[in-house]
Amino acid sequence: MSYELIVIGAGPAGLAAALSARKQGLTRIAILERDKYLGGILNQCIHNGFGLHRFREELTGPEYAGRFIDELSGSGIDVFTDTMVLNVTRDKQVHCVSPQYGYRILEAQSVVLAMGCRERTRGAIGIPGDRPSGVFTAGTAQRYLNLEGYLCGKRVLILGSGDIGLIMARRMTLEGAKVLACVEVMPYSGGLSRNIAQCLNDFNIPLYLSHTVTEIRAQNGRISGVTVSKVDENRRPIPGTEMDFECDTLLLSVGLIPENELTRGMGIAIDPRTNGAVVYENMETDLPGVFACGNVAHVHDLVDYVSKESEKAGAAAAKYVLQGPNEGEAIDVINGDGVSYTLPQRIRVSALDGAAEIFFRVRRNYGKAQIEVLSGDESIAVYKRDRLAPGEMESIRLSRELLSKARGEIRVSIKEQ
Amino acid sequence: MKELICIVCPRGCHLQVDEDNGFAVTGNSCPRGAEYGRNEAVHPVRTLTSTVRIEGAPITRLPVRTASAIPKALLFDAMNEINRTSVHAPVKRGQAVIKDLLGTGVDVIATRDL
Repeated sequence: MSYELIVIGAGPAGLAAALSARKQGLTRIAILERDKYLGGILNQCIHNGFGLHRFREELTGPEYAGRFIDELSGSGIDVFTDTMVLNVTRDKQVHCVSPQYGYRILEAQSVVLAMGCRERTRGAIGIPGDRPSGVFTAGTAQRYLNLEGYLCGKRVLILGSGDIGLIMARRMTLEGAKVLACVEVMPYSGGLSRNIAQCLNDFNIPLYLSHTVTEIRAQNGRISGVTVSKVDENRRPIPGTEMDFECDTLLLSVGLIPENELTRGMGIAIDPRTNGAVVYENMETDLPGVFACGNVAHVHDLVDYVSKESEKAGAAAAKYVLQGPNEGEAIDVINGDGVSYTLPQRIRVSALDGAAEIFFRVRRNYGKAQIEVLSGDESIAVYKRDRLAPGEMESIRLSRELLSKARGEIRVSIKEQ
Repeated sequence: MKELICIVCPRGCHLQVDEDNGFAVTGNSCPRGAEYGRNEAVHPVRTLTSTVRIEGAPITRLPVRTASAIPKALLFDAMNEINRTSVHAPVKRGQAVIKDLLGTGVDVIATRDL
């Protein structure tokens, strides 16, 4: 079977990319999804706060997904759920398996990679101590509770102050668990301020910044307690600062890793800063006709931005199929002072329809600050912000005229005022 | 003067609410922030989201939310009501699964088609 576009993943990124490619004129589109349902992680994100930018109202995750799923019916897009993609070749043959069709090879003229990300686990952060049950990633606990109806513990400590951890602190509290504390190794939270306010402060759950879990204890194979220690500026535990908590559950909300096994298998260049593919201004990877968007490209904090970015990728895939590949010289976008990554990593100025939007994250909290774009030593644009935080993705727009002045590369830097 | 973080949108503005001056709000970036600041000082409300048991569907939990915000003081009583509720498929997104929750006049509605 042959398609103009195959989208891998039916979370918010895949759904938006497929619908956008359809609107831009592609008629033979397939979405492949390994779960039984469309919507991806949004199905278990039952809390509200989605869609404020896109729909000007506050929706829950399932409602946000539902709006896109509604649009799919009648669109003529082929949807294959329960379908696992095993690998994709460089000439865009998609190898997949499903109970319904068995092993199949689908051919595509273009591919959108929208596999999302998975959570970092205990192994990724190396916590010492016993290896009992009762240690979950926050998203796993969320799945058990919100989709399957199991509360995974009664006395809970949360390590990491990412948004999923904060949301789970409130959710488990509402379901009758006692959440003892949220512990964050950095001196600032990785989550949105509103989630600190409405998930921790509302329920008097303490947040310990610059602290981490230094021991896990167990009884009869289940976690029975943890030790939390303060850390110094190099994130090393400070002896003498230990606090013991008795708990039956430890949730980890310690970051997300874009799920790029398929991308790597295709030999596509990966950016070690984002752990996602290196992409051009239209979300195209270094393999022409293959695009990446959403959390597989870089971890977002708002789904609204995932949808927007993925529509860009879907439209670009349509353009690739209908009008042929993009040519043209590219400039590199690199991070300067205070910036941890930029996306896109490369911009083909000649391929821009108007302005390029550059997304980035800062390394620490800033008060009033200037975002400066430099080409060589020359400042080509300056943007002012009242505050900047690592937990909140920032973006700037650079016009085509401005970019055509740049030579070779541009650098995005932060200057505190 | 009361200091708050606005929860209306992900921007998270730092608000100051002046109780002695008619609950005047500063630090907000939009009118909704001013409204939130005033309400939070006078009568805090929250939208509650949870799940109810569903039978006859491929999964056992139906996600729900209060159709609008309810008094913050009622959150745990509302959870008790929600946890006593069971529905049968099919359910449509937006359909009421509890009417007039705890006399608030607010319904609890399904947030997913199942």
